[in-house]
Amino acid sequence: MAVIEAIELRRTYRTSTGVLRRKPLEVEAVRGISFTVEQGELFGLLGPNGAGKTTTIKMLITLLLPTSGQARVLGHDVVEDAREVRKRIGYVFGGDRGLYERLSARDNLRYFAELYGVSGKAQRTRIDEVLELVGLKGREQERVEGYSRGMRQRLHIARGILHDPEVVFLDEPTIGVDPVGARELRRTIADLIAAGKTVLLTTHYMFEADTLCDRIAVIAKGRIVGEGTPEALKAGVAEGRVTEIDAFGVDEAAVARLRSIEGVTAVTVEEREQKQLLVVQTTGDRELTAPLLAELDGFEVGRVSSREPTLEDAYIALVTAE
Amino acid sequence: MRSLKVVASGFQMNLKMLGTSSFFLLTAIVQPIIFATVAFYMFRAGGRNGTLLYAALGAGMMGVWSTTLFGSGGMIQWQRWQGTLELGAAAPPAMALIYLPFSLANAFTGMYAMAATLVWGRLVFGIGLHLAHPWLFVLALPATVIALGLMGLVLASTFILYRHANALSNLLEYPVWIASGLVFSTSLLPIWTRPISWVLPPYWGILAIRHAALGGAVWGPLGMVVLLGAASLLISTITFRWFEHAARARATLSLT
Repeated sequence: MAVIEAIELRRTYRTSTGVLRRKPLEVEAVRGISFTVEQGELFGLLGPNGAGKTTTIKMLITLLLPTSGQARVLGHDVVEDAREVRKRIGYVFGGDRGLYERLSARDNLRYFAELYGVSGKAQRTRIDEVLELVGLKGREQERVEGYSRGMRQRLHIARGILHDPEVVFLDEPTIGVDPVGARELRRTIADLIAAGKTVLLTTHYMFEADTLCDRIAVIAKGRIVGEGTPEALKAGVAEGRVTEIDAFGVDEAAVARLRSIEGVTAVTVEEREQKQLLVVQTTGDRELTAPLLAELDGFEVGRVSSREPTLEDAYIALVTAE
Repeated sequence: MRSLKVVASGFQMNLKMLGTSSFFLLTAIVQPIIFATVAFYMFRAGGRNGTLLYAALGAGMMGVWSTTLFGSGGMIQWQRWQGTLELGAAAPPAMALIYLPFSLANAFTGMYAMAATLVWGRLVFGIGLHLAHPWLFVLALPATVIALGLMGLVLASTFILYRHANALSNLLEYPVWIASGLVFSTSLLPIWTRPISWVLPPYWGILAIRHAALGGAVWGPLGMVVLLGAASLLISTITFRWFEHAARARATLSLT
């Protein structure tokens, strides 16, 4: 039996615009997504900002009601059996918020231990264990308001796993954390899997998804546009090539002309101080350097190179194709 | 047993947080003294020196209500800003149970307002605290404070759904003071306001407290305090469930 099941899950937000004449507005954040996560698996939801990752997680952890569709966690419906779901899951949101700032880390954990029914006897041992696991031992008596972002993030994880849940939802847990802190957090996530937990992770860091996830679903504009192991996703674009071109002052019209060349599947532009890096994905082994350069006639062009596709290329190809 | 532990833990945690908030401490310490001073001068100017204890108790209760009202109103909004409202909503216990101790802790700190007013009255205005029924006074004061906390819980539940409902707190401070007879007797108000007064726990609370201090029937008003407190608890249990469900549908638990 799948530990997490999402079946045609949809979520629409209703809002309005205008001051005097208010006009109702509907935003479809999640548009019918389906996936399953098996026991002990680390499943990644990968997508750009606003793709619907957080909305999906919030529906699964019972904070939002789906507009339609169904979701079950450990066999319990997230709408009908919300309480049963809540008892069995842990979740961590990225960012600074979500902690009682004026309390110490230990007081925060003690309070949540009580909410999640960790018995008095087990509390002290368990709190010490999770503090040790996330590397906050020795700093637990300090008030959270004085913590760095990395320390807060680690405290979030400690809170999320305090009651030893079977399933852990991690929503961009390394966002804004420095590289050393992010590496430690990734190690903690890997430890969760080693301990037999099932983890659903959302991120937009390719490296993180590639290193940690058993399977990934790429989500864009509320829809799943690709799903599989990191290797399978890379293989999806492996038959193609990636050409990188350093250029200066290339405008939108020129980028559109590049996209219209036969054999080009995606073009992205990365601004790098004064210069631009054009990343052009092409199908098969076709040599398209000459037509690409022909369309860039009139613009200053620097280094041109060609390489094998990476997971990031697979992700960009899937997201931009949408 | 588990519910009691959740309440005890939340109560202790909220008292700890309130104790570290210099804004809250300043408001809680200064405001009652201002209320008390204004009330004493009003009654003295009206040539009603004999009723200064009556005024002191009313001023004290004004402080208790203000602390409860702003504490309960601010509680949900502050948790939303801090990002902890979602954590409470996604925890296994019912939301009413999670926020009950927060509301009680707010009301409990309001008891300071009563104590500060009486001490201020004694030291500055020389008002003696000669209680007609000391034991009933000791019973009536915490019963009223708890009932007010439970009334605050009902208000807090509405703030789960409406992000800007704490503006309501500002509107409710003065009308409840007046309708409850904290500043002057409700007999001076139009007759149609009576039913409003009757459903307010502070109306019966101040009656019980004043009768315990100055003489009069205590058990009747005290019974009403307990009854309205229990009704508030029941209503808040239902409204928290409704509003939590509606907030999940409308996505108002977080700021974004």
